[in-house]
Amino acid sequence: MQAKIKKIEAEAMKKDIAGFRVGDTVAVYLSIHEEKRKRAQIFEGVVLRRRGGKTRETFTVRKTSFGIGVERVFPLHSPLIKKIEVIKQGRVRRANLSYLRGKTKR
Amino acid sequence: MMKAILGKKLGMTQVFNKDSLVPVTVVQAGPCVVVQKKVKEKDGYNAIQLGFVEIRENQINKPELGHFKKGEVHPRRYLKEMRVEDVNQLRVGDKIKVDIFKEGDLVNVVGISKGKGFAGVVKRYGFKGGPASHGAKLWHRRPGSIGASADPSRVFKGKKMPGRMGTERKTICNLKIVKVDKEENLLLIKGSLPGKRGALLTISGARG
Repeated sequence: MQAKIKKIEAEAMKKDIAGFRVGDTVAVYLSIHEEKRKRAQIFEGVVLRRRGGKTRETFTVRKTSFGIGVERVFPLHSPLIKKIEVIKQGRVRRANLSYLRGKTKR
Repeated sequence: MMKAILGKKLGMTQVFNKDSLVPVTVVQAGPCVVVQKKVKEKDGYNAIQLGFVEIRENQINKPELGHFKKGEVHPRRYLKEMRVEDVNQLRVGDKIKVDIFKEGDLVNVVGISKGKGFAGVVKRYGFKGGPASHGAKLWHRRPGSIGASADPSRVFKGKKMPGRMGTERKTICNLKIVKVDKEENLLLIKGSLPGKRGALLTISGARG
């Protein structure tokens, strides 16, 4: 019973996920659908946290855009995410980097 | 063609449909077999009797075994009748598989809901209950007044009171089929379905 559900979940999950961690600087390659037109977008920033498991896992990326902090939460296994590239590995001691929010310029 | 199949609830998970994550219930649906046909002239109505889950011959009693022998089909655990307009499209012994459904179809699902035991009115009927604080004492999940006084000096029939909840036949309408797995005979149906894991479900095509 559970084995069949696990199989379905395994199919829904990506196998080629780069092993990025909290604190890393990553570039997320997204495909965006704009009225019959597909477009690629890159969202680059620091991974604040990864939460959830299996098909439901999400991660939060924070970047500073024109002086304003922007955070986006992505479902890790979303088909909209084409690639996740690790640009810089970070060294942090926490699983959830919410303390970065208050800091300017980091 | 009759669009109905029997299934077993396996459990829930989430899968990606197009771009978004949707909650689905995984159902082991079929293969079912036509065990008997009921016709209007003989039985007073037209119906197809479906059998589901193959079992050994020594697992059922003799009268039931005779019923299966009549149609020359292997014994099944569950039998269920489906009313149809025309019984001539199917023959006894025909197999019904998940391929009668396709992705995006809307279905109605019938099942027996989980038993909740003797439940109070807050759980059973969604009554508000009383305040949790502000001096409330022993008045948190009570039903309140159940009627007037000397007139009518009785409680009206059908008054919502505590009692047994669940284990009822429930029909959930217009659920979307997210995926059909023909190899494993699985249906992924969006949303939750009645009953616990392993419960018998009847899945039929929704009208319109």
